[in-house]
Amino acid sequence: MTTETGLASQAETARHRAPTRAMSTGRAGDRIFAGAARGSGITVLAIIAAIGVFLVWKAIPALQANEAGFLTSQEWNPNANPPKFGIAQLAFGTVMSSLLAMLMATPVAVGIALFIAFYSPRRVASGLGYVVDLLAAVPSIVYGLWGLAVLAPHMEGISAGLNSALGWIPLFGGDSPGKNSIFTASVVLAIMILPIISSISREVFLQVPRAHVEASLALGATRWEMIRMSVLPYGRSGVIGASMLGLGRAMGETIAVAMVLTYVPGINLHLLEDGGATFAANIANSFAEATENGRGALIASGLVLFVITLLVNMAARAVVARRKEFT
Amino acid sequence: MTAPSSPLGTVSVGRKVKDRVAQVLVYGAFGLALIPLVSVLWTVVSNGLARLDPTFFGYSMNGVGGRDVGGGAYHAIIGTLQQVAIASVIAVPIAVLTAIYLVEYGGDGRLARAIGFFVDVMTGIPSIVAGLFVLALWLLTFGFAFSGFAGALALTILMIPTVVRATEEMLKLVPNDLREASYALGVPRWRTICFVILPTAFTGILTGIMLAVARIMGETAPLLLTIFFTKAINTNPFDGPQGSLPTFIWDQASDPNQNSIDRAWTGALVLIGIIMLLNLAARLVARRFKPAGH
Repeated sequence: MTTETGLASQAETARHRAPTRAMSTGRAGDRIFAGAARGSGITVLAIIAAIGVFLVWKAIPALQANEAGFLTSQEWNPNANPPKFGIAQLAFGTVMSSLLAMLMATPVAVGIALFIAFYSPRRVASGLGYVVDLLAAVPSIVYGLWGLAVLAPHMEGISAGLNSALGWIPLFGGDSPGKNSIFTASVVLAIMILPIISSISREVFLQVPRAHVEASLALGATRWEMIRMSVLPYGRSGVIGASMLGLGRAMGETIAVAMVLTYVPGINLHLLEDGGATFAANIANSFAEATENGRGALIASGLVLFVITLLVNMAARAVVARRKEFT
Repeated sequence: MTAPSSPLGTVSVGRKVKDRVAQVLVYGAFGLALIPLVSVLWTVVSNGLARLDPTFFGYSMNGVGGRDVGGGAYHAIIGTLQQVAIASVIAVPIAVLTAIYLVEYGGDGRLARAIGFFVDVMTGIPSIVAGLFVLALWLLTFGFAFSGFAGALALTILMIPTVVRATEEMLKLVPNDLREASYALGVPRWRTICFVILPTAFTGILTGIMLAVARIMGETAPLLLTIFFTKAINTNPFDGPQGSLPTFIWDQASDPNQNSIDRAWTGALVLIGIIMLLNLAARLVARRFKPAGH
């Protein structure tokens, strides 16, 4: 309460001073401060706009020199003469790995959120939430190291098992399931987006009106029936929004994917086989050797990534916001 | 909280089984999430201890090959600290002022809504895109060379939205009574904000800043495009390529020699150690100093 006593003493001095000296109205200070605050806000808008403008501007020369279809070609040779590059393979790898990651992470994340919100003892709930948030604190380069050294060897057996059991599905087919595949990358991504999905879902679940929960319990529902009938319907759009945010995060993830995934040119529908590429990983891997035109091409592919993640994020925010309006 | 057996009849077996299955699945989900966390921390600590020696903190990689023993991350640690410090110095004022605009001035106006929306959008910008932007603007358009400062600019873009959101939440927690009391005393608005509202929300904002610093410290992708790469010590962030812990790990891990791999793990241990300490400190600050007026 120090602030309030501070205020009181301030008032005291003000009263004593009043007759002798007119109080400053602070108009100039107010104007300057308000201007600074407003200017900072506008700076943020300007940064977003500048990102779009400069990426487009620096991508155009490379796109003009490009001899292949930018959207359709699977080739990535922007340093060659004539330069030929297209994003088909990158788009395929990015979308596949992050969709798979989202599909794997969402059920687990919802389970974690339910565990913390309804199953764990109330006293330790926030501590457990913190433990899950620790997963988000691990930097992606460390996930990359770990994925390469620990996860990938384990994934070899899992991939082989999936391949022999579900090989009739083209995505799980192929002759030689490996460990540096899009599938392995998506498992790493799933782990990385787990905390964001679970923390948003948890927040949504905690907002479920107490009355709904108690009403269904009073009607004799088991805990699972209570969750299915009053928690999940209420939290559905929040969970969808959260998993879409996770999807956006997975699409932009760079270093962990770049370390785990081996680059092999060309789209390979067999996700369990080694090789593939994503927008972000390709940028990190090819930047050091890129010529001027190569940099332009990477900026062009980054622009596509920027637009895709922007759309996914805006859609996710819209879903989450709509839920807010209804409640 | 198992299903109560009511006098009206017991819960049928099917419902009980379903309830139990759901419980097992939910517990399982939490257990599943702990596996990677424990595994990551365990691998990093056990592999990183091998090279956790004074040499690692006192020497750079200058003239040290992948196969050589020795060598350290001195240049990388210096670089990371400088880049993160510069990024914070730029990002924190912009972010805090933006949050003040959103909470204190913007109200429900169009500008405030647009800023709020795009701050959310900015949170989702992939870090590599931030790197590409600085590349396109700072290096390719303005013609500056690779430098630690360019890296700091990229980190700034990643830091701003996190700090804005944290500060905004904290400013909203400040009770309106404080604002009104201050206005009623004739205190100008800007003095109210600077000397009443900000001090009240200070610890919360500090927590947010520390978490944001911890987040950008581990970013690798934008740095690859902006600070480039060097093995030597460069203490001037405004001139020439600089090292950083994440790019140090990236470089050492790409070398197949065991000595390099060991250095990469130790780098990871140091990085994770700093980040976890920042996280822990942030939680402690948040717990020790609850927002005033509560």
